[in-house]
Amino acid sequence: MTEIILLAPLFAAAIAGFGHRITGEKFALGLTTGVLIVICLLSWIVFFTLGEEVERITLFRWIDSGALVADWAIRLDRLTAVMLVVVTTVSALVHLYSWGYMDDDPNWKEGESYKPRFFAYLSFFTFAMLALVTADNLAQMFFGWEGVGLASYLLIGFYYRKPSANQAAIKAFIVNRVGDFGFALGIFGLFYMTDSIEFSTVFASAPELADKTMTFLSWEVPVLETLGILLFIGAMGKSAQFILHTWLPDAMEGPTPVSALIHAATMVTAGVFLVCRMSPLYEHAPVALGLVAVVGAFTAFFAATIGLVQNDIKRVIAYSTCSQLGYMFAAAGVGVYQAAMFHLFTHAFFKALLFLGAGSVITAMHHEQDMRKYGGLRNKIPMTYWTMMIGTLAITGVGIPLLTIFGAPIGLAGFVSKDAIIESTFAAETATGEFAFVLLVVAALMTSFYSWRLMFMTFFGEARGDAHAHEHAHESPSVMLIPLYVLAAGAALAGIFFFGGFVGEGWEEFWRGSIFIGAENEVLHHAHGVPLWVKLSPFVAMLLGLFIAWQFYIVNPDLPARLAANQRTLYLFLLNKWYVDEIYDAVFVRPAMWLGRLLWKRGDGGTIDGALNGLAYGVIPFLTRLAVRAQSGYLFHYAFAMIIGLGILITWFVMGGAG
Amino acid sequence: METLPLISLVTFLPAIGAAVLLIFQRGSDAMAQQSARWLALLTTTATFLFSIPLLTGFDSADPGFQFVEDAKWLGGLSYRMGVDGISVFFVMLTTFLMPLVIAASWQVEHRVKEYMVAFLLLETLMIGVFTALDLILFYLFFEGGLIPMFLIIGIWGGKERIYAAFKFFLYTFFGSVLMLVAMIFMYAQAGTTCIAACPEGVTGLLDFAFSSETITLAGWSIPGGAQTLMWLAFFASFAVKLPMWPVHTWLPDAHVQAPTAGSVVLAAILLKMGGYGFLRFSLPMFPVASELMQDFVFLLSVVAIIYTSLVALMQEDIKKLIAYSSVAHMGFVTIGIFAANRQGVDGAIFQMLSHGFISGALFLCVGVIYDRMHTREIEAFGGLVVRMPVYALIFMLFTLGNVGLPGTSGFIGEFLTLAGVFQVNSWVAFFAATGVILSAAYALWLYRRVVFGDLIKQSLSQIQDMTAREKAIFAPLVVATILLGVYPSLVTDVIGASVQSLLSGYETALSEAATQIAQNR
Repeated sequence: MTEIILLAPLFAAAIAGFGHRITGEKFALGLTTGVLIVICLLSWIVFFTLGEEVERITLFRWIDSGALVADWAIRLDRLTAVMLVVVTTVSALVHLYSWGYMDDDPNWKEGESYKPRFFAYLSFFTFAMLALVTADNLAQMFFGWEGVGLASYLLIGFYYRKPSANQAAIKAFIVNRVGDFGFALGIFGLFYMTDSIEFSTVFASAPELADKTMTFLSWEVPVLETLGILLFIGAMGKSAQFILHTWLPDAMEGPTPVSALIHAATMVTAGVFLVCRMSPLYEHAPVALGLVAVVGAFTAFFAATIGLVQNDIKRVIAYSTCSQLGYMFAAAGVGVYQAAMFHLFTHAFFKALLFLGAGSVITAMHHEQDMRKYGGLRNKIPMTYWTMMIGTLAITGVGIPLLTIFGAPIGLAGFVSKDAIIESTFAAETATGEFAFVLLVVAALMTSFYSWRLMFMTFFGEARGDAHAHEHAHESPSVMLIPLYVLAAGAALAGIFFFGGFVGEGWEEFWRGSIFIGAENEVLHHAHGVPLWVKLSPFVAMLLGLFIAWQFYIVNPDLPARLAANQRTLYLFLLNKWYVDEIYDAVFVRPAMWLGRLLWKRGDGGTIDGALNGLAYGVIPFLTRLAVRAQSGYLFHYAFAMIIGLGILITWFVMGGAG
Repeated sequence: METLPLISLVTFLPAIGAAVLLIFQRGSDAMAQQSARWLALLTTTATFLFSIPLLTGFDSADPGFQFVEDAKWLGGLSYRMGVDGISVFFVMLTTFLMPLVIAASWQVEHRVKEYMVAFLLLETLMIGVFTALDLILFYLFFEGGLIPMFLIIGIWGGKERIYAAFKFFLYTFFGSVLMLVAMIFMYAQAGTTCIAACPEGVTGLLDFAFSSETITLAGWSIPGGAQTLMWLAFFASFAVKLPMWPVHTWLPDAHVQAPTAGSVVLAAILLKMGGYGFLRFSLPMFPVASELMQDFVFLLSVVAIIYTSLVALMQEDIKKLIAYSSVAHMGFVTIGIFAANRQGVDGAIFQMLSHGFISGALFLCVGVIYDRMHTREIEAFGGLVVRMPVYALIFMLFTLGNVGLPGTSGFIGEFLTLAGVFQVNSWVAFFAATGVILSAAYALWLYRRVVFGDLIKQSLSQIQDMTAREKAIFAPLVVATILLGVYPSLVTDVIGASVQSLLSGYETALSEAATQIAQNR
């Protein structure tokens, strides 16, 4: 069954992409969407009927060079099963939603067929993502890893006429490649140390490697710490963590369903998945794990600060994604991979919901994305409003603190999973844990602020911007609303429903060893018994954020502008995203181009050609004379002369040999 | 099978075709031109068909030479040909690509007969390089190949063709002269020119242990002695051919000036002679020197990867960009070969094959738009996807292959070489892997400027998508690139035994040399 889940989207993508001229547009769309709905149902069946043992299905041999062996294979355990349902569910809903969203796209000219291509890319993405999560070795994982990168590149640049889209697509690919550079070195290192890239073998040898060192570059370094950091660099690229985060906001150039599927719910969580999958390594690498926590927590904070001031609705959600991914890494970094995966799972619902909701707003407003031109849309698009409200309640973490039902906290998805993370960081009782705790609570306040800011600016207050657009704002068709309802249900209930399995007392029964927890790691256990003020702090932060947003955007709508004018430097610093893009441009992009030009003109042209030509030709006039005569059609003569010359050489050689 | 001299047939069939053309083809009217084209296509296709049994009949468990043929030739010189796991795919690559190259030359109008003769002769000489099992024979093929290529660039090339042709010729010829001297010395030492599969009682050069005792020359002490000197002489030739930095500067000029088909052959096959030479001569015959020179080769290769990738980034001519990218990709080949372990050598061979398909296809892609617009300036294009969707798709596929995306053959070669060299020297793996980032930068940026964007240039407003003939040329390359990316065992299974035997011979020779030195002390 898992084979069908994995391969069906690939075939659907191929048929839709290459065959739509024969089969017709409708068929291509129907096929990809139908396949996704079927494999989504299959994935839930797999999820609920998962056996005790890790299941391994080999398709066929891929790479085979000495000890380096990798198969096209499927490794089915709980970790895989969780990802299967996340990926296929969101993907199926996004396929469905795109029927409405991609209809009559104004970016295309009359008669241009773009929809089959879009759906083919979506299905191809789903295949690559499934290949990533079902991999049983690092090479196949890398295949999926780069495959989703390709899909992301193609979809960000989907509007290929737009220069900004092309720019963003290339940026995404290259920044991801920087991460992949680390990932690849990590793979080579693992192969070097364990003579295998297959998970089961690598995991089995992890305990032996715990105290070993290896020579990396010129230093003698601890094996697992180094490899853990290298693999994490890969995760940072894919999951847009600080330093390698710059591509994600730009990726919003892609159509909104893409942002929901790839750049919120699934692909960007691959880094978190990688760290959790590699838990048998990280459990023996405390330093690497500490780095994961610090980078994650800092990104959660950093991205939230930028989210406070952005005006493009999609960019706000993009920075929010970046920030939420930071939460997940922080959890993994204190050794509570279960909470990381739990937040990954719930986040997929509410973040996809917010993006698709934003898409619904954008279509209603004739493709306007600037929130300053929204306002008062509550009554125009009520269903979008109410579903996005559920998403906002979920992401900001609304719930009833301290009460439990069947052992699970009562609240929306984000409340349950985010609090689990914050409590874990506190319970870790390490320096990195404390650092993460403080930043995550502050980030929770900001999350609440920017999320409510988005809601208030969009749905409340006076209608701003183009009056015509406001007048004609209309609710989306049901093909777009149904996915919103489904996701809203998930955003509301996934927390309560799945708490017990993912991070509750029954986690061992649920995960069945697919996440490795070291013998001394009892953080999750401690997290259930943190002090009251710790349990309450994210909730208070959430209320505070809501209150400030209420003051700023409902009570005193001119306050934000005054504050921005007052604190101009800070405002510009945040608005310009801490100037990271500008710094990279000055430090990497420009010097690379300058160096390239220098090496070309001076290096190749001046030095090498100058020296070697001088040496080889000796006399230029001689060459010129040759050239002039050769040009008049005598080139054959020269070739003939060469043959004779060669013949003489050979003859001499043979005679010498014979003699 | 025993009665049919398969190797000789495959090697010389194109030459026979060339002879037929030369002798029987008269006149230069359209009719004669067309028949010259068809004859060349027929000959190369037949050659490919005859070469298939080489692969299907190949015993991949046998590390030695197969299909061996030998005969006495003039002056006591022996004619000896055969293939092993290392060479068989280079023969296949050549025979596979040549019909495509001929088909891609359909629009050549100038001196068609001579053009086809040059390509057919070139094919014979190239196959000969990969099948020759005798030093002199090898040298003949290796050097002989220069002449048709020189003519192809010099007669059917672009504006600066004469400069480019002479640059190509002089660079490569300079290297070869040194190689010739080393070959004479080898003969003097070993007393035979037979490389392998020799007659009874003769030790072939592959098994001959050349002295590696330190010698002193003009006050300089040379570790590795004779081996080092010979290694350097061969290196001069192979490094230019491959090409390695800093003797690569002939390549961009040659590529830019050569006609499309010439570029394809140059990038896809001729460059591989350098890599093949390292595998056939340097590593097995001069193991001590190879080990001594390992860091030197690594250094040049890493510089090549980073340097030429940066240079590629700034190119304004599409062909030049791809030419520089070729040099960078060949850097992985030398790294893999001199890592001298299983993954490294497997990866290097794979990288050479894969680059044969991918770079060949990329040059053909340039040819497609050059034929339409008669320019290769990146600036002159933009937004081609609007009118040429099929072209956009194919160009994208090979661009992705060029950046080594998993699932294409380009990935396997880079992945294996890097995995190989990481075990030897992680600095090299580290710097070489940055090339993977840079390749994405220059290749995708090129693609964006040529294919993406809106089609606003007036000159492009009537450009047509690929014709059926063009699609047919690309189809086999598309299949090869994806097939080898998804199922590389097709290659690695066949080369495995020979590579393993090469490496164990290398290890043995090194440890013997080490004992020798220890005893002498």
